[in-house]
Amino acid sequence: MSAPLLEVQHLRKTYRTHGSTVTAVAGVDLTLPEGGSVGIVGESGSGKSTTARMLVGLEAPDAGRVLVHGQEQVAQPRGRRERLARARALQIVFQDPYLSLDPRVPVGAAVDQAVRLHTRLTRSERRSRVLELLTQVGLGEREAALLPRRLSGGQRQRVAIARALAVEPDVLVLDEAVSALDVSVQAQVLNLLADIREQTGVGLVFISHDLAVVRYLCAETLVMRAGEVVERGATDRLLREPEHPYTRLLLSAVPRPGRRSEVDGGTALSGRGVPAPGR
Amino acid sequence: MSGPLLEMSDVWLRLPEVARRPVLAGVDLQVGAGEIVGLVGESGSGKSVTARAALGLLPPTAEVEGRVTVDGVDVLSAPAADVRRLRAESVAMVFQDPRAGINPMRRIGDHLTESARLTGRRRDLDAARARALELLDAVGLPDPRRHLRQYPHELSGGMLQRVMIAGALMGSPRLLLCDEPTTALDVTTQAEIVALLGRLQRERGMGMLFITHDLDLAASVCDRIHVMYAGRVVEQAPALGLFEQPRHPYTAGLLASTPAIDGGGTRLRAIPGVPLSLLEDPSGCVFAARCDRVLDEVCRVLAPPVVADGVRSVRCARPLEARTPRHALRTECVS
Repeated sequence: MSAPLLEVQHLRKTYRTHGSTVTAVAGVDLTLPEGGSVGIVGESGSGKSTTARMLVGLEAPDAGRVLVHGQEQVAQPRGRRERLARARALQIVFQDPYLSLDPRVPVGAAVDQAVRLHTRLTRSERRSRVLELLTQVGLGEREAALLPRRLSGGQRQRVAIARALAVEPDVLVLDEAVSALDVSVQAQVLNLLADIREQTGVGLVFISHDLAVVRYLCAETLVMRAGEVVERGATDRLLREPEHPYTRLLLSAVPRPGRRSEVDGGTALSGRGVPAPGR
Repeated sequence: MSGPLLEMSDVWLRLPEVARRPVLAGVDLQVGAGEIVGLVGESGSGKSVTARAALGLLPPTAEVEGRVTVDGVDVLSAPAADVRRLRAESVAMVFQDPRAGINPMRRIGDHLTESARLTGRRRDLDAARARALELLDAVGLPDPRRHLRQYPHELSGGMLQRVMIAGALMGSPRLLLCDEPTTALDVTTQAEIVALLGRLQRERGMGMLFITHDLDLAASVCDRIHVMYAGRVVEQAPALGLFEQPRHPYTAGLLASTPAIDGGGTRLRAIPGVPLSLLEDPSGCVFAARCDRVLDEVCRVLAPPVVADGVRSVRCARPLEARTPRHALRTECVS
């Protein structure tokens, strides 16, 4: 029996501000099988982005472990070798490709940087590898020569995905990676991610506030609120028969045609009547 | 009898310095009292510019043609003083990001009573303060007296958006323009704000123009929806009809590419390509390059006709089949 692709155990993070302690993530566990996909859904302040940042080593957890293929990942890698190994295990794509790509570097060169760091290919091999990666995300030689600002938002997000894939990571973490895209382009990127998972077997951790988007990509879903996982399960089941009142609140807040929302606009107290997780 | 609160007819807008194609191209739009009209489209489709045109808030280099009337006043040609009065008394706008529209250094109360302070006498200021208290209560904030003395950073995004809505209502507008008022908010907060806007609109009989990129949201809020693409209204219909029976290929494509929470299937039917940039100005139909029903010799050459049946209209040479009898449709030719 081999170890799962990704195993996260009791991941926890607290911050101290003005003398008080805020628990951003209060112990997240999750397991991802080979080629699997898991969604983490929650609103702002739920701890979903902090979880993503701990997964890829941008934030050191106070407690808990991240294992990829049974191999424990260093919380804060030091030195070139540790950093490269950490990067090969998990890669991340952020919401805003404007901020994650260097505005002065043509996008082909940005992808090439990642290839150069992680492989020993020759210059001409690298060139064809970069083209192959860009082709995989639906871009070509013409786009490779352009600076990020010459590309549309959807194209830039494809570049960010291509650069993450250049490393051939075991797991790809997507933190609201399609939220800023127009809906027609968002659909293209969602289909692209589904295809890539099928072709490469990369595991996906998909973080989003949008339950409908998660439904299209993830077999399993975790619902987070105020740092805690309040419900988890197969995505279809979770959407069909939500058990936790907060999941039900989230679902009832999704706008549907011809039906005014069931959430009442009376007073400004989000999640009234929903038991808040203890701190 | 009274005409529509907002009426735009054949509005064209060009920005010669930044855009090669018209930013608005022949936009027709009406919002009546007590009606919620949705304006749906992707980025660059011209929906925000349309709302700004209703307030006469356009860049100085803009070249505008057509008519925009609000409450009977022609916004584009009226004297500046009349347009200012209109903005103070008849129309108000709620924007996407509440934090961008409020001075972080001033208290909530200062924000709400600013116009009374700038224009008024002592008595007006007292009245404005009383009204601010009343409106903070009406938008569902728990402690109006305390909120008046709070600073914007002390409130969450959802609460601050309620403050902005209260601010928009200070002048008792008859027309409320909402430009993506919930896009920056969490879903549960979005649901609260949308319900609040709906309640205020009904209670006060306001006309509302609701701009969003989210078709589901528009369909749950609006009576009628205009779908915009590259500066054109490509389809206009009652909300439910548009949803159940889209006639423009773009509307149909938008619906097919929106992930549904209770839909079937595991793959989305994405619209190929990207929305038209401001630098492209194709002849014929602006959607032709992405359309799956394109007829090369027609769509790429001629501007599409507007097909209307009194209730809904679609700007397409080859719209999807309507279930209404064919003879009920009449074709209007536009250049």
